[in-house]
Amino acid sequence: MRRALALCALAAALVSAPAVAAPSPADLEAELVCPVCGTTLDQSDAPVAQRMKQIIRQRLAAGATEAQIKAELVDQFGPGVLAEPPKSGFDLLAWLVPLAILVVGAVGVGLAAWGWSRRRGDGEPRPRAELDPELERRVDAELRRFDS
Amino acid sequence: MTRRLQRVGQAIALAGVGTLLGLLVWKVAFDDQNGAADRLARGELVHAPAFALDRLDRSGTLSMASLRGKPLVVNFWASWCGPCKDEAPFLQQTYERYRRQGLVVLGVDVKDFREDARRFMRRYGITYPVVYDGKGSTIGRWGLQGYPETFFVDRSGKLVGERIAGGVDIERNRETFERGIALALGDTS
Repeated sequence: MRRALALCALAAALVSAPAVAAPSPADLEAELVCPVCGTTLDQSDAPVAQRMKQIIRQRLAAGATEAQIKAELVDQFGPGVLAEPPKSGFDLLAWLVPLAILVVGAVGVGLAAWGWSRRRGDGEPRPRAELDPELERRVDAELRRFDS
Repeated sequence: MTRRLQRVGQAIALAGVGTLLGLLVWKVAFDDQNGAADRLARGELVHAPAFALDRLDRSGTLSMASLRGKPLVVNFWASWCGPCKDEAPFLQQTYERYRRQGLVVLGVDVKDFREDARRFMRRYGITYPVVYDGKGSTIGRWGLQGYPETFFVDRSGKLVGERIAGGVDIERNRETFERGIALALGDTS
């Protein structure tokens, strides 16, 4: 009985598991840039952007994948047509430089915090400044007078 | 330790500021934002910027260098551009009229789909050479601001006359067009 229930649960999970969704024109239009106006296709009504949207729909209907469509458009208009720079070659720097700045910044802040905590929490009580004996005597006298 | 850390931090910050300042100076001093069109408009002597691009009318590439010695009408266009459709028959007529005098009309198809461009050429019966610049590599050096734009180049490779921004139009700029052709052909009368 338990085995049957487990199998049913597994079958239900498999059925309900999301399939790899086919790209929609809207997804691609948000990831591609109009080569004339420089905004993403979904934000552009320029004639070339309208033509690109039309081509994207035609290629999707013909069964082309997102990667194929992007590669075809890059072949026509160059890599500048991609809203995000490619994660390879020189363009990889666009991804790595901000990450490197973030890591260097985090290490810098960490080191600074470590330095401050060491300075504040080294456990050694600071030596009290020596009071002038005359002043100490006067303070004691004042305190006694205050207590009485 | 902390003091050394502070100094390292300060050095890194100073280096960052110095780098940004250097980039700014370089951009202002050396980056020539003005393309050939702007320099031509200021009356400077400008050589037609070089390029070597794939041909659309046949296989192979065509370079400006290979056309040296020929007067040129260089027309930047795209199939999705309305005024480009209006001027296309006139440019073809110009090519047919002046080709015996050595004039070459050279079309540069910019930011366009190759197949759309070829369809455009068939539709308007274009027989003059056309090259493809989908990536727009000519835009900056020529100083293009829109489509279409037309330039005139004399036999020595210099830009002559005026750049025509917008479609070549019988009423609006026919005179400028004819004068550009005359200058390209070397007729200074």
